[in-house]
Amino acid sequence: MAEIIGGANIIEVKSLSVFYSQFQVLKNVNIDIQVRKITALIGPSGCGKSTFLRTLNRMNDLVEGARTEGRVIFDGKNIFDDDIDLLELRRRVGMVFQRPNPFPLSVFDNVTYGLRVHGQTDPTSMEERLFHSLQAVNLWDELKDRLQTNALWLTGEQQQRLCIARVLAVEPEVVLMDEPCSALDPTATARIEDLMYQLKQKYTIIIVTHNMQQAARVSDYTGYFLLGELVEFGLTDQIFTSPRDRRTEDYITGRFG
Amino acid sequence: MARPKANDRLIRISLLVVALSAISILAIITIFIFEQGLPIMAKYGLKNFLLGQDWFPSEKSFGLLPMIVGSLLVTLGALLIGVPLGLASAIFLTEFSTRRVSRILKPVIELLSGIPSVVYGFLGLMFLVPFIRETFGGPGLSVLSASIILGIMILPTIISISIDSIRAVPDSYREGSMALGATKWQTVRMVVLPAARSGLVAGIILGMGRAIGETMAVIMVAGNAADLPGSLLAPVRTLTSNIALEMAYASGEHRQALFATGVILFVIIMILNFLANLTARKQSRK
Repeated sequence: MAEIIGGANIIEVKSLSVFYSQFQVLKNVNIDIQVRKITALIGPSGCGKSTFLRTLNRMNDLVEGARTEGRVIFDGKNIFDDDIDLLELRRRVGMVFQRPNPFPLSVFDNVTYGLRVHGQTDPTSMEERLFHSLQAVNLWDELKDRLQTNALWLTGEQQQRLCIARVLAVEPEVVLMDEPCSALDPTATARIEDLMYQLKQKYTIIIVTHNMQQAARVSDYTGYFLLGELVEFGLTDQIFTSPRDRRTEDYITGRFG
Repeated sequence: MARPKANDRLIRISLLVVALSAISILAIITIFIFEQGLPIMAKYGLKNFLLGQDWFPSEKSFGLLPMIVGSLLVTLGALLIGVPLGLASAIFLTEFSTRRVSRILKPVIELLSGIPSVVYGFLGLMFLVPFIRETFGGPGLSVLSASIILGIMILPTIISISIDSIRAVPDSYREGSMALGATKWQTVRMVVLPAARSGLVAGIILGMGRAIGETMAVIMVAGNAADLPGSLLAPVRTLTSNIALEMAYASGEHRQALFATGVILFVIIMILNFLANLTARKQSRK
Protein backbone atom coordinates (compact mmCIF):
# COMPACT_ATOMS: atom_id res chain seq x y z
CA MET A 1 0.00 0.00 0.00
CA ALA A 2 2.92 2.28 -0.67
CA GLU A 3 1.04 4.84 -2.76
CA ILE A 4 -1.43 5.47 0.04
CA ILE A 5 1.14 6.66 2.47
CA GLY A 6 1.64 10.15 1.22
CA GLY A 7 0.02 13.03 3.13
CA ALA A 8 0.00 13.34 6.87
CA ASN A 9 -1.66 10.60 8.89
CA ILE A 10 -4.00 11.85 11.58
CA ILE A 11 -4.84 8.38 12.88
CA GLU A 12 -2.69 5.28 12.68
CA VAL A 13 -4.29 2.00 13.60
CA LYS A 14 -1.82 -0.76 14.49
CA SER A 15 -2.85 -4.42 14.82
CA LEU A 16 -6.22 -3.58 16.29
CA SER A 17 -8.38 -6.44 17.52
CA VAL A 18 -11.70 -6.00 19.30
CA PHE A 19 -13.60 -8.65 21.22
CA TYR A 20 -17.16 -8.69 22.55
CA SER A 21 -16.82 -11.19 25.39
CA GLN A 22 -15.47 -14.30 23.59
CA PHE A 23 -16.34 -13.18 20.08
CA GLN A 24 -13.63 -11.48 18.03
CA VAL A 25 -15.21 -8.69 16.01
CA LEU A 26 -12.06 -7.16 14.53
CA LYS A 27 -8.96 -9.11 13.56
CA ASN A 28 -5.62 -7.38 13.43
CA VAL A 29 -6.67 -4.27 11.54
CA ASN A 30 -3.97 -1.89 10.28
CA ILE A 31 -4.97 1.36 8.64
CA ASP A 32 -3.64 4.88 8.27
CA ILE A 33 -6.19 7.67 8.07
CA GLN A 34 -5.08 10.75 6.17
CA VAL A 35 -5.82 14.20 7.40
CA ARG A 36 -8.59 16.16 5.66
CA LYS A 37 -9.63 13.30 3.44
CA ILE A 38 -12.78 11.26 3.38
CA THR A 39 -12.20 7.61 4.16
CA ALA A 40 -15.09 5.25 3.48
CA LEU A 41 -15.44 1.87 5.14
CA ILE A 42 -17.58 -0.61 3.26
CA GLY A 43 -18.53 -4.22 3.75
CA PRO A 44 -21.51 -6.45 4.45
CA SER A 45 -23.50 -6.17 7.71
CA GLY A 46 -21.71 -7.55 10.73
CA CYS A 47 -18.27 -7.21 9.17
CA GLY A 48 -17.03 -5.00 12.00
CA LYS A 49 -16.90 -1.66 10.23
CA SER A 50 -19.17 0.07 12.74
CA THR A 51 -17.25 -1.49 15.60
CA PHE A 52 -14.07 -0.16 14.06
CA LEU A 53 -15.55 3.32 13.84
CA ARG A 54 -16.72 3.22 17.45
CA THR A 55 -13.28 2.17 18.59
CA LEU A 56 -11.74 5.37 17.27
CA ASN A 57 -13.51 7.54 19.88
CA ARG A 58 -13.71 4.70 22.39
CA MET A 59 -17.50 4.55 22.33
CA ASN A 60 -17.07 0.78 22.50
CA ASP A 61 -16.04 1.28 26.12
CA LEU A 62 -19.77 1.64 26.82
CA VAL A 63 -20.48 -1.87 25.54
CA GLU A 64 -20.38 -4.41 28.32
CA GLY A 65 -17.70 -7.05 27.73
CA ALA A 66 -15.85 -5.13 25.00
CA ARG A 67 -12.06 -5.60 24.99
CA THR A 68 -9.40 -4.14 22.74
CA GLU A 69 -5.90 -5.15 21.67
CA GLY A 70 -3.43 -3.18 19.58
CA ARG A 71 -2.96 0.54 19.29
CA VAL A 72 -4.72 3.53 17.78
CA ILE A 73 -2.35 6.47 17.51
CA PHE A 74 -4.10 9.81 17.36
CA ASP A 75 -2.00 12.96 17.54
CA GLY A 76 1.03 10.93 18.56
CA LYS A 77 -0.65 9.17 21.47
CA ASN A 78 -2.21 5.76 21.85
CA ILE A 79 -5.88 6.39 22.70
CA PHE A 80 -5.95 3.28 24.89
CA ASP A 81 -3.26 4.64 27.21
CA ASP A 82 -4.38 5.09 30.79
CA ASP A 83 -3.52 8.77 30.90
CA ILE A 84 -5.59 9.69 27.85
CA ASP A 85 -8.31 12.30 28.51
CA LEU A 86 -11.31 10.36 27.26
CA LEU A 87 -13.67 13.33 27.24
CA GLU A 88 -11.16 15.40 25.30
CA LEU A 89 -10.64 12.52 22.85
CA ARG A 90 -14.36 12.40 22.17
CA ARG A 91 -14.43 16.15 21.68
CA ARG A 92 -11.63 15.93 19.11
CA VAL A 93 -13.03 12.82 17.41
CA GLY A 94 -16.73 13.55 16.98
CA MET A 95 -19.41 11.11 15.91
CA VAL A 96 -22.56 11.25 13.80
CA PHE A 97 -24.94 8.33 14.17
CA GLN A 98 -27.00 6.24 11.82
CA ARG A 99 -30.35 7.56 12.97
CA PRO A 100 -30.43 11.29 13.61
CA ASN A 101 -30.40 11.60 17.39
CA PRO A 102 -30.88 15.24 18.33
CA PHE A 103 -31.64 15.71 22.00
CA PRO A 104 -35.26 16.59 22.78
CA LEU A 105 -34.13 20.14 23.47
CA SER A 106 -34.18 23.36 21.46
CA VAL A 107 -32.03 23.81 18.37
CA PHE A 108 -29.92 26.25 20.37
CA ASP A 109 -29.44 23.83 23.26
CA ASN A 110 -28.56 21.01 20.88
CA VAL A 111 -25.82 22.89 19.08
CA THR A 112 -24.36 24.43 22.23
CA TYR A 113 -24.60 21.18 24.19
CA GLY A 114 -20.98 20.19 23.64
CA LEU A 115 -19.80 23.66 24.60
CA ARG A 116 -21.74 23.58 27.84
CA VAL A 117 -20.47 20.08 28.55
CA HIS A 118 -16.91 21.30 28.17
CA GLY A 119 -17.55 24.35 30.30
CA GLN A 120 -17.46 26.95 27.52
CA THR A 121 -20.54 28.90 28.49
CA ASP A 122 -19.58 32.45 27.58
CA PRO A 123 -22.72 33.74 25.78
CA THR A 124 -20.97 35.61 22.98
CA SER A 125 -18.69 32.77 22.00
CA MET A 126 -21.60 30.30 22.29
CA GLU A 127 -23.64 32.35 19.83
CA GLU A 128 -20.68 32.67 17.53
CA ARG A 129 -20.09 28.93 17.55
CA LEU A 130 -23.80 28.34 17.04
CA PHE A 131 -23.77 30.57 13.98
CA HIS A 132 -20.66 29.03 12.45
CA SER A 133 -21.77 25.46 13.09
CA LEU A 134 -25.23 25.94 11.63
CA GLN A 135 -23.72 27.89 8.76
CA ALA A 136 -21.29 25.05 8.07
CA VAL A 137 -24.13 22.54 7.67
CA ASN A 138 -26.25 25.01 5.66
CA LEU A 139 -28.93 25.22 8.32
CA TRP A 140 -28.49 28.78 9.52
CA ASP A 141 -30.84 30.41 7.03
CA GLU A 142 -33.48 27.75 7.63
CA LEU A 143 -33.31 27.80 11.39
CA LYS A 144 -32.08 31.23 12.47
CA ASP A 145 -35.62 32.24 13.45
CA ARG A 146 -36.40 28.91 15.06
CA LEU A 147 -33.52 28.50 17.47
CA GLN A 148 -35.90 27.84 20.35
CA THR A 149 -37.86 25.16 18.48
CA ASN A 150 -37.58 21.66 19.84
CA ALA A 151 -35.20 19.79 17.56
CA LEU A 152 -37.59 16.83 17.35
CA TRP A 153 -39.87 19.00 15.20
CA LEU A 154 -37.30 19.25 12.42
CA THR A 155 -37.30 17.00 9.35
CA GLY A 156 -35.05 13.95 9.31
CA GLU A 157 -32.52 15.68 7.10
CA GLN A 158 -32.50 18.82 9.24
CA GLN A 159 -32.06 16.65 12.32
CA GLN A 160 -29.05 14.90 10.80
CA ARG A 161 -27.54 18.24 9.77
CA LEU A 162 -28.16 19.50 13.28
CA CYS A 163 -26.36 16.46 14.69
CA ILE A 164 -23.41 17.27 12.45
CA ALA A 165 -23.52 20.92 13.56
CA ARG A 166 -23.60 19.74 17.17
CA VAL A 167 -20.36 17.85 16.56
CA LEU A 168 -18.72 20.73 14.66
CA ALA A 169 -19.54 23.15 17.49
CA VAL A 170 -16.90 21.58 19.72
CA GLU A 171 -14.29 21.97 16.95
CA PRO A 172 -13.28 18.36 16.38
CA GLU A 173 -10.47 17.30 14.10
CA VAL A 174 -12.02 14.03 12.99
CA VAL A 175 -15.71 13.35 12.32
CA LEU A 176 -16.85 9.73 12.38
CA MET A 177 -20.06 9.04 10.49
CA ASP A 178 -21.89 5.77 10.97
CA GLU A 179 -24.15 5.35 7.93
CA PRO A 180 -25.31 8.94 8.30
CA CYS A 181 -27.69 8.79 5.35
CA SER A 182 -29.37 5.44 5.87
CA ALA A 183 -32.46 7.05 7.41
CA LEU A 184 -32.72 9.71 4.67
CA ASP A 185 -34.27 9.82 1.23
CA PRO A 186 -32.07 10.11 -1.92
CA THR A 187 -32.35 13.91 -2.25
CA ALA A 188 -31.45 14.47 1.37
CA THR A 189 -28.65 11.95 0.98
CA ALA A 190 -27.25 13.85 -1.98
CA ARG A 191 -27.26 17.08 0.02
CA ILE A 192 -25.54 15.47 3.01
CA GLU A 193 -22.91 14.12 0.61
CA ASP A 194 -22.34 17.63 -0.74
CA LEU A 195 -21.96 18.75 2.83
CA MET A 196 -19.28 16.12 3.49
CA TYR A 197 -17.42 17.41 0.49
CA GLN A 198 -17.45 20.93 1.95
CA LEU A 199 -16.48 19.72 5.38
CA LYS A 200 -13.43 17.92 4.08
CA GLN A 201 -11.69 21.31 3.71
CA LYS A 202 -11.41 21.49 7.49
CA TYR A 203 -12.08 18.05 8.90
CA THR A 204 -10.99 14.47 8.48
CA ILE A 205 -14.05 12.34 7.82
CA ILE A 206 -14.42 8.60 8.23
CA ILE A 207 -17.72 7.27 7.00
CA VAL A 208 -19.18 3.80 7.34
CA THR A 209 -21.64 3.04 4.61
CA HIS A 210 -23.65 0.20 3.17
CA ASN A 211 -23.99 2.08 -0.03
CA MET A 212 -21.10 1.45 -2.40
CA GLN A 213 -22.12 4.22 -4.78
CA GLN A 214 -21.96 6.58 -1.87
CA ALA A 215 -18.46 5.41 -1.01
CA ALA A 216 -17.40 5.79 -4.63
CA ARG A 217 -18.95 9.27 -4.86
CA VAL A 218 -17.66 10.93 -1.72
CA SER A 219 -14.52 9.23 -0.53
CA ASP A 220 -10.82 9.57 -1.28
CA TYR A 221 -9.89 6.28 0.33
CA THR A 222 -11.89 3.13 0.79
CA GLY A 223 -11.44 0.19 3.09
CA TYR A 224 -13.26 -3.07 2.60
CA PHE A 225 -14.09 -5.10 5.69
CA LEU A 226 -15.13 -8.73 5.67
CA LEU A 227 -15.72 -10.87 8.75
CA GLY A 228 -13.69 -8.57 10.96
CA GLU A 229 -10.75 -8.29 8.62
CA LEU A 230 -9.65 -5.31 6.60
CA VAL A 231 -9.41 -7.08 3.26
CA GLU A 232 -8.24 -4.17 1.20
CA PHE A 233 -7.54 -0.51 1.68
CA GLY A 234 -6.54 2.03 -0.91
CA LEU A 235 -7.46 4.98 -3.07
CA THR A 236 -11.17 4.84 -3.82
CA ASP A 237 -10.58 4.93 -7.58
CA GLN A 238 -8.24 2.00 -7.37
CA ILE A 239 -10.52 -0.06 -5.12
CA PHE A 240 -13.48 0.41 -7.42
CA THR A 241 -11.67 0.03 -10.75
CA SER A 242 -8.92 -2.47 -10.08
CA PRO A 243 -9.31 -4.17 -6.73
CA ARG A 244 -6.38 -6.38 -5.83
CA ASP A 245 -8.24 -8.87 -3.75
CA ARG A 246 -10.71 -11.28 -5.26
CA ARG A 247 -13.11 -10.82 -2.32
CA THR A 248 -13.20 -7.05 -2.81
CA GLU A 249 -13.95 -7.52 -6.46
CA ASP A 250 -16.77 -9.94 -5.68
CA TYR A 251 -18.28 -7.44 -3.28
CA ILE A 252 -18.06 -4.31 -5.39
CA THR A 253 -19.29 -6.05 -8.50
CA GLY A 254 -22.31 -7.13 -6.49
CA ARG A 255 -21.61 -10.84 -6.56
CA PHE A 256 -22.57 -10.94 -2.88
CA GLY A 257 -23.31 -8.65 0.05
CA MET B 1 -64.91 -11.18 5.78
CA ALA B 2 -68.24 -10.46 7.43
CA ARG B 3 -67.60 -12.45 10.57
CA PRO B 4 -64.40 -10.75 11.75
CA LYS B 5 -66.02 -7.40 11.14
CA ALA B 6 -69.07 -8.29 13.22
CA ASN B 7 -66.73 -9.62 15.89
CA ASP B 8 -64.79 -6.40 15.93
CA ARG B 9 -67.95 -4.41 16.41
CA LEU B 10 -69.12 -6.66 19.23
CA ILE B 11 -65.79 -6.32 21.02
CA ARG B 12 -65.77 -2.59 20.49
CA ILE B 13 -69.24 -2.18 21.92
CA SER B 14 -68.59 -4.35 24.96
CA LEU B 15 -65.35 -2.50 25.68
CA LEU B 16 -67.21 0.76 25.34
CA VAL B 17 -69.82 -0.39 27.85
CA VAL B 18 -67.13 -1.43 30.34
CA ALA B 19 -65.27 1.84 29.87
CA LEU B 20 -68.44 3.87 30.28
CA SER B 21 -69.45 2.04 33.42
CA ALA B 22 -66.06 2.71 34.99
CA ILE B 23 -66.36 6.37 34.12
CA SER B 24 -69.95 6.56 35.31
CA ILE B 25 -68.99 5.09 38.70
CA LEU B 26 -66.48 7.88 39.04
CA ALA B 27 -69.09 10.40 37.98
CA ILE B 28 -71.65 9.06 40.44
CA ILE B 29 -69.19 9.26 43.34
CA THR B 30 -68.28 12.80 42.39
CA ILE B 31 -71.91 13.87 42.10
CA PHE B 32 -72.76 12.23 45.40
CA ILE B 33 -69.97 13.93 47.30
CA PHE B 34 -70.84 17.32 45.87
CA GLU B 35 -74.56 16.80 46.41
CA GLN B 36 -73.94 15.99 50.07
CA GLY B 37 -71.28 18.61 50.71
CA LEU B 38 -72.28 21.66 48.70
CA PRO B 39 -75.58 22.63 50.42
CA ILE B 40 -73.98 23.18 53.80
CA MET B 41 -71.16 25.15 52.23
CA ALA B 42 -73.76 27.34 50.59
CA LYS B 43 -75.66 27.72 53.86
CA TYR B 44 -72.73 28.85 56.02
CA GLY B 45 -70.72 30.49 53.26
CA LEU B 46 -67.73 29.19 51.34
CA LYS B 47 -65.53 31.78 52.98
CA ASN B 48 -66.27 30.43 56.45
CA PHE B 49 -65.35 26.94 55.34
CA LEU B 50 -62.15 27.89 53.59
CA LEU B 51 -60.87 30.58 55.94
CA GLY B 52 -62.55 29.80 59.26
CA GLN B 53 -60.05 28.69 61.87
CA ASP B 54 -62.44 27.08 64.33
CA TRP B 55 -63.76 23.58 63.88
CA PHE B 56 -66.52 23.05 66.48
CA PRO B 57 -69.19 21.06 64.68
CA SER B 58 -71.45 20.96 67.77
CA GLU B 59 -71.53 24.77 67.79
CA LYS B 60 -72.07 25.00 64.02
CA SER B 61 -68.57 26.32 63.46
CA PHE B 62 -67.06 24.61 60.45
CA GLY B 63 -63.75 26.34 59.77
CA LEU B 64 -61.56 24.01 57.71
CA LEU B 65 -58.50 26.23 57.34
CA PRO B 66 -56.38 24.29 59.88
CA MET B 67 -57.09 21.05 58.03
CA ILE B 68 -56.45 22.58 54.60
CA VAL B 69 -53.17 24.00 55.82
CA GLY B 70 -52.41 20.70 57.53
CA SER B 71 -52.98 18.64 54.41
CA LEU B 72 -50.89 20.99 52.26
CA LEU B 73 -48.10 21.12 54.85
CA VAL B 74 -47.68 17.39 55.31
CA THR B 75 -47.96 16.82 51.55
CA LEU B 76 -45.30 19.44 50.88
CA GLY B 77 -43.15 17.92 53.62
CA ALA B 78 -43.60 14.45 52.15
CA LEU B 79 -42.59 15.70 48.70
CA LEU B 80 -39.55 17.51 50.09
CA ILE B 81 -38.40 14.22 51.59
CA GLY B 82 -39.69 11.75 49.04
CA VAL B 83 -38.87 13.46 45.74
CA PRO B 84 -35.11 13.97 46.18
CA LEU B 85 -34.66 10.54 47.73
CA GLY B 86 -36.87 8.88 45.14
CA LEU B 87 -35.27 10.57 42.14
CA ALA B 88 -31.79 9.89 43.45
CA SER B 89 -32.62 6.20 43.93
CA ALA B 90 -34.16 5.95 40.48
CA ILE B 91 -31.18 7.66 38.83
CA PHE B 92 -28.77 5.41 40.68
CA LEU B 93 -30.65 2.23 39.81
CA THR B 94 -31.04 3.06 36.13
CA GLU B 95 -27.81 4.83 35.22
CA PHE B 96 -25.14 4.05 37.76
CA SER B 97 -25.69 0.64 39.33
CA THR B 98 -24.89 -2.64 37.67
CA ARG B 99 -27.78 -4.46 36.09
CA ARG B 100 -27.65 -7.12 38.79
CA VAL B 101 -28.05 -4.67 41.62
CA SER B 102 -31.03 -2.98 40.02
CA ARG B 103 -32.62 -6.31 39.20
CA ILE B 104 -32.53 -7.16 42.91
CA LEU B 105 -33.38 -3.75 44.32
CA LYS B 106 -36.27 -2.73 42.12
CA PRO B 107 -38.64 -5.53 43.22
CA VAL B 108 -37.66 -4.86 46.82
CA ILE B 109 -38.64 -1.22 46.45
CA GLU B 110 -41.91 -2.19 44.81
CA LEU B 111 -42.57 -4.51 47.71
CA LEU B 112 -42.49 -1.46 49.99
CA SER B 113 -45.67 -0.18 48.39
CA GLY B 114 -47.40 -3.40 49.40
CA ILE B 115 -46.95 -2.72 53.12
CA PRO B 116 -50.30 -1.58 54.58
CA SER B 117 -50.35 2.03 55.68
CA VAL B 118 -51.36 1.08 59.21
CA VAL B 119 -48.01 -0.68 59.55
CA TYR B 120 -46.16 2.45 58.48
CA GLY B 121 -48.23 4.40 60.97
CA PHE B 122 -47.53 1.93 63.75
CA LEU B 123 -43.79 1.97 63.09
CA GLY B 124 -43.91 5.75 63.07
CA LEU B 125 -45.78 5.85 66.34
CA MET B 126 -43.45 3.38 68.03
CA PHE B 127 -40.09 4.69 66.83
CA LEU B 128 -40.26 7.98 64.94
CA VAL B 129 -42.60 9.87 67.27
CA PRO B 130 -40.59 9.13 70.46
CA PHE B 131 -37.39 9.94 68.58
CA ILE B 132 -38.67 13.34 67.49
CA ARG B 133 -40.09 14.04 70.96
CA GLU B 134 -36.74 13.30 72.60
CA THR B 135 -34.53 14.98 70.00
CA PHE B 136 -36.46 18.11 69.08
CA GLY B 137 -38.99 18.41 71.90
CA GLY B 138 -42.73 18.88 71.55
CA PRO B 139 -45.26 16.06 71.65
CA GLY B 140 -43.58 14.10 68.84
CA LEU B 141 -46.94 13.72 67.15
CA SER B 142 -46.33 16.45 64.60
CA VAL B 143 -46.14 17.85 61.08
CA LEU B 144 -42.58 16.57 60.94
CA SER B 145 -43.48 12.98 61.86
CA ALA B 146 -46.34 12.90 59.38
CA SER B 147 -44.12 14.34 56.62
CA ILE B 148 -41.38 11.79 57.21
CA ILE B 149 -43.76 8.83 57.27
CA LEU B 150 -45.55 10.05 54.14
CA GLY B 151 -42.25 10.81 52.45
CA ILE B 152 -41.23 7.19 52.96
CA MET B 153 -44.62 5.90 51.86
CA ILE B 154 -44.51 7.73 48.52
CA LEU B 155 -40.97 6.52 47.75
CA PRO B 156 -41.97 3.29 45.95
CA THR B 157 -44.40 5.16 43.71
CA ILE B 158 -41.89 7.84 42.79
CA ILE B 159 -39.01 5.43 42.36
CA SER B 160 -40.72 2.86 40.20
CA ILE B 161 -42.40 5.38 37.90
CA SER B 162 -39.16 7.37 37.63
CA ILE B 163 -37.23 4.21 36.79
CA ASP B 164 -39.71 3.36 34.05
CA SER B 165 -39.58 6.81 32.52
CA ILE B 166 -35.77 7.02 32.69
CA ARG B 167 -35.51 3.60 31.06
CA ALA B 168 -37.85 4.78 28.31
CA VAL B 169 -35.33 7.43 27.25
CA PRO B 170 -33.72 6.12 24.05
CA ASP B 171 -30.08 5.08 24.36
CA SER B 172 -29.32 7.12 21.26
CA TYR B 173 -29.60 10.27 23.41
CA ARG B 174 -27.07 8.91 25.87
CA GLU B 175 -24.74 7.88 23.05
CA GLY B 176 -25.03 11.26 21.38
CA SER B 177 -24.14 12.98 24.61
CA MET B 178 -21.26 10.70 25.55
CA ALA B 179 -19.86 10.96 22.02
CA LEU B 180 -19.63 14.73 22.48
CA GLY B 181 -17.39 14.16 25.46
CA ALA B 182 -20.00 14.53 28.19
CA THR B 183 -19.54 12.70 31.47
CA LYS B 184 -22.12 10.20 32.64
CA TRP B 185 -23.51 12.67 35.15
CA GLN B 186 -23.71 15.50 32.61
CA THR B 187 -25.56 13.15 30.29
CA VAL B 188 -28.06 12.27 33.00
CA ARG B 189 -28.55 15.85 34.14
CA MET B 190 -28.65 17.60 30.78
CA VAL B 191 -30.27 15.03 28.51
CA VAL B 192 -31.79 12.01 30.24
CA LEU B 193 -33.71 13.80 32.99
CA PRO B 194 -35.13 16.51 30.68
CA ALA B 195 -36.16 13.77 28.24
CA ALA B 196 -37.84 11.82 31.02
CA ARG B 197 -39.44 14.89 32.57
CA SER B 198 -43.08 14.20 31.83
CA GLY B 199 -42.79 10.71 33.31
CA LEU B 200 -40.94 12.03 36.34
CA VAL B 201 -43.64 14.64 36.92
CA ALA B 202 -46.30 11.95 36.56
CA GLY B 203 -44.55 9.94 39.27
CA ILE B 204 -44.39 12.96 41.54
CA ILE B 205 -48.08 13.70 40.93
CA LEU B 206 -49.03 10.15 41.83
CA GLY B 207 -46.85 10.35 44.92
CA MET B 208 -48.44 13.64 45.84
CA GLY B 209 -51.88 12.13 45.37
CA ARG B 210 -50.93 9.29 47.64
CA ALA B 211 -49.58 11.67 50.29
CA ILE B 212 -52.56 13.99 50.34
CA GLY B 213 -55.00 11.10 50.35
CA GLU B 214 -53.25 8.97 52.96
CA THR B 215 -55.29 8.75 56.15
CA MET B 216 -54.48 5.95 58.55
CA ALA B 217 -50.73 6.44 58.88
CA VAL B 218 -51.22 10.19 59.25
CA ILE B 219 -53.81 9.84 61.97
CA MET B 220 -51.42 7.67 63.94
CA VAL B 221 -48.46 10.09 63.93
CA ALA B 222 -49.85 13.59 63.35
CA GLY B 223 -51.55 14.32 66.67
CA ASN B 224 -54.75 15.48 64.95
CA ALA B 225 -55.38 18.72 66.82
CA ALA B 226 -57.73 20.86 64.72
CA ASP B 227 -55.59 23.96 65.09
CA LEU B 228 -53.24 25.75 62.76
CA PRO B 229 -49.84 24.22 63.51
CA GLY B 230 -47.44 26.81 64.93
CA SER B 231 -44.32 24.88 64.01
CA LEU B 232 -43.11 21.69 62.38
CA LEU B 233 -43.16 20.09 65.82
CA ALA B 234 -46.80 20.95 66.51
CA PRO B 235 -49.58 18.44 65.98
CA VAL B 236 -51.66 18.77 62.86
CA ARG B 237 -54.90 17.41 61.40
CA THR B 238 -55.36 16.77 57.69
CA LEU B 239 -58.58 16.86 55.68
CA THR B 240 -58.63 13.09 55.34
CA SER B 241 -58.06 12.61 59.07
CA ASN B 242 -60.88 15.03 59.78
CA ILE B 243 -63.32 12.80 57.94
CA ALA B 244 -61.99 9.54 59.31
CA LEU B 245 -61.84 10.70 62.94
CA GLU B 246 -65.38 12.02 63.12
CA MET B 247 -67.43 9.99 60.67
CA ALA B 248 -68.36 7.39 63.26
CA TYR B 249 -70.50 9.76 65.31
CA ALA B 250 -71.30 12.60 62.90
CA SER B 251 -74.89 13.24 61.94
CA GLY B 252 -76.96 16.00 60.38
CA GLU B 253 -75.00 19.12 59.53
CA HIS B 254 -71.85 17.69 61.07
CA ARG B 255 -72.05 14.82 58.64
CA GLN B 256 -72.63 17.20 55.76
CA ALA B 257 -69.64 19.24 56.89
CA LEU B 258 -67.50 16.11 56.61
CA PHE B 259 -68.72 15.71 53.05
CA ALA B 260 -67.83 19.36 52.51
CA THR B 261 -64.35 18.41 53.74
CA GLY B 262 -64.35 15.76 51.03
CA VAL B 263 -65.37 18.32 48.41
CA ILE B 264 -62.50 20.60 49.37
CA LEU B 265 -60.06 17.69 49.32
CA PHE B 266 -61.34 16.75 45.90
CA VAL B 267 -60.93 20.26 44.53
CA ILE B 268 -57.43 20.65 46.03
CA ILE B 269 -56.30 17.42 44.38
CA MET B 270 -57.74 18.54 41.05
CA ILE B 271 -55.95 21.88 41.28
CA LEU B 272 -52.63 20.29 42.25
CA ASN B 273 -52.86 17.80 39.38
CA PHE B 274 -53.73 20.56 36.97
CA LEU B 275 -50.80 22.71 38.09
CA ALA B 276 -48.36 19.83 37.95
CA ASN B 277 -49.49 18.87 34.45
CA LEU B 278 -49.28 22.47 33.36
CA THR B 279 -45.69 22.88 34.50
CA ALA B 280 -44.73 19.58 32.91
CA ARG B 281 -46.20 20.58 29.59
CA LYS B 282 -44.80 24.09 29.64
CA GLN B 283 -41.29 22.87 30.36
CA SER B 284 -41.31 20.09 27.82
CA ARG B 285 -42.40 22.49 25.09
CA LYS B 286 -39.48 24.76 25.85
